[in-house]
Amino acid sequence: MRIFNFFRPAQPPKVESSAHHAKERLQIVMAHERASRDGPDFLPLLQQELLAVIAKYVDVDQNKVEVKLDRSNEISTLEVNIELPSRRPEPRRQRAALQGAASTP
Amino acid sequence: MGQIIVMTSGKGGVGKTTSSAAFATGFALRGHKTVVIDFDVGLRNLDLVMGCERRVVFDFINVINGEAKLYQALIKDKRVENLYILPTSQTRDKDALTKEGVEAVMDELRKEFEFIICDSPAGIEKGALMALYFADQAVVVTNPEVSSVRDSDRILGMLAARSRRAELGQPPVIEHLLLTRYDPIRVERGEMLNVNDVLEILAIPLLGVIPESQAVLRASNVGVPVILDDTSNAGMAYADAVARFLGEQLEHRFVKPEKRGLFSRLLGRTA
Ligand SMILES: Nc1ncnc2c1ncn2[C@@H]1O[C@H](COP(=O)(O)OP(=O)(O)OP(=O)(O)O)[C@@H](O)[C@H]1O
Ligand SMILES: [Mg+2]
Repeated sequence: MRIFNFFRPAQPPKVESSAHHAKERLQIVMAHERASRDGPDFLPLLQQELLAVIAKYVDVDQNKVEVKLDRSNEISTLEVNIELPSRRPEPRRQRAALQGAASTP
Repeated sequence: MGQIIVMTSGKGGVGKTTSSAAFATGFALRGHKTVVIDFDVGLRNLDLVMGCERRVVFDFINVINGEAKLYQALIKDKRVENLYILPTSQTRDKDALTKEGVEAVMDELRKEFEFIICDSPAGIEKGALMALYFADQAVVVTNPEVSSVRDSDRILGMLAARSRRAELGQPPVIEHLLLTRYDPIRVERGEMLNVNDVLEILAIPLLGVIPESQAVLRASNVGVPVILDDTSNAGMAYADAVARFLGEQLEHRFVKPEKRGLFSRLLGRTA
């Protein structure tokens, strides 16, 4: 402890303290968890149904599907990335990105 | 009819067993006939914290399986009147607890005891669900730390949806927050969630704040519930929490850093 700090009263926590971050993160994640607690977890089912629809039209590899969820205070986004098979002999990647946004309760 | 109280948390190692031992002892000290039950099947630590590990003959599972009578398995505390311990098995697994079996034991205990404290195992699965199923009241033991707060919220969800009271449509389980391992110095530095933050997030009434204290480890080393160490901050905080549970209005102590005199600060002494 530095000597000139010694007699000063303790400072109130700064807004950017780690505890402040902890509180904010908890509030966001728990708002979502509470909202979805009673409802069924629809994400796996949503993914399955989406794939089934897409599979009707193109041949998709189940291992090349990426589902990302990002929850924040204002909006949540669900991103589904499906790698489509190339049509031509030379490999070329096409990506269909589907984005859904829902406002949080 | 006795009240069934579950000490629960979701997250492990937050202080459920320490709190179960302290509350059971605290109720008994105030003249309430109390039993504390170890629901942590396969681990069994309550007997050590209560200091009765060498007196275990039969356990909770033996009673459920009809291998022993309840009164044979109950261990009477040697220090405090009105206090009994029902230890659990170290060799079996959590599947040894059946709802019917636990219910029969609870029904019998309810007739004899004012308070029945259930020391829950960690987790949110079978063992923890069994410990909270029959509860009338729940003490949600939480540390001021992100994963513990989140797990406490999940346990609150379980109490509201999966307890017997919820299933039968009875009045809900009464919830209490017990914030443990609180370090006022780190809180003041902004390194630890403060009591108001946790209260705001979990939104249940605060029963007590138990400070981080070396007395807790000392107490468990010697098998004496920390509430019996009435010179320690943790012991006093538990005594206050028990009093609040019984309806007394007491201010929360030990939530601010202790004011140390200039000399003790210069000498760098710690409590
Ligand atoms: N207020 C406190 N101050 C310091 N140490 C504490 C405090 N409360 C609990 N501890 C310590 O934390 C550890 C875990 O405590 P305890 O066994 O009561 O937790 P638990 O929630 O029952 O754990 P588990 O989930 O494994 O059953 C122990 O070593 C105990 O001594
Ligand atoms: Mg325990």
